[in-house]
Amino acid sequence: MDIQKMYEDLKKLNKRQKSKSGLAKSLKIEGREIPIVHRVIKVHERENGTAKFLTKGDNNNVDDRGLYAPGQVWLQRGDVVGRVKGFLPFVGIFSVVMNEYLKPKYIVLAGPGVYFLLHRE
Amino acid sequence: MHTFLTRLNTISTFFMTVLAVCTSLCFLSTVTNPYMAKADIVPVKVVVKNLNDYATSSERTDLGIVQFDLKADVQDLFNWNVKQLFLYLTAEYQTENNAVNQVVLWDKIIQRGENTKLDLKNVNMKYYFWDDGKGLRGNENVTLTLSWNVIPNAGTLPRITGMGAKVIKFPSDYTTTRAI
Repeated sequence: MDIQKMYEDLKKLNKRQKSKSGLAKSLKIEGREIPIVHRVIKVHERENGTAKFLTKGDNNNVDDRGLYAPGQVWLQRGDVVGRVKGFLPFVGIFSVVMNEYLKPKYIVLAGPGVYFLLHRE
Repeated sequence: MHTFLTRLNTISTFFMTVLAVCTSLCFLSTVTNPYMAKADIVPVKVVVKNLNDYATSSERTDLGIVQFDLKADVQDLFNWNVKQLFLYLTAEYQTENNAVNQVVLWDKIIQRGENTKLDLKNVNMKYYFWDDGKGLRGNENVTLTLSWNVIPNAGTLPRITGMGAKVIKFPSDYTTTRAI
């Protein structure tokens, strides 16, 4: 997933009404906590505005139907959390390191506390 | 110990500031770039079948089969801020059921440094061209366009539609031969 490879990087998200195919979007799938950022490859929209989408990770060979909730075949507008607007490299490394390794988390949380307790001015 | 930490603090703040400024400059240097190019799409085979898409519904829906030639040169779209281009061929059309239908038939990732001249013949669709209903048979106004999403090193990800859209017509009868 080339777009998802950028999980180290912060993306500016912006919620919009219109959705077009080819767009990289952040989606929330029922039952999963973490939104995923994939690209819309199919859009079918009715005149009244209801739409259904199918998404796929750029680096994946198959579409995301395997990732959707059981029985879910299309995504609705409500499942779309945001749209990828930009790309800030390296900003997310901090939060990735925090989430994946325990030691830095404790150091960052406890470190300043210990420092203030022991510091003498 | 104080001076060590103070120095560390100063150095890391300065580092972050410089990094932020460099990233913004990188972004600003290419923000006005139109990223436009021309694409030649020649449809080679356009037929439609009516089959059961077991993944979505139990009804029979239209399956479009499109084979095409694609010729494009995307050399001009690359610059120092472009990490890769995501090219995709979209079919856009209207049906009775749906006012807007956009289906991506084919896509390709070109990274900076790879060959940018595309001259592909008899390309098959990468993804199935299912319609949400029976709106492809006899549809005279299906537009094929090549677009790209520019993935930068820093900044916004513009989606640009290339020049050279092509309108294809689906026949008014279904094909029953093995046509994929």
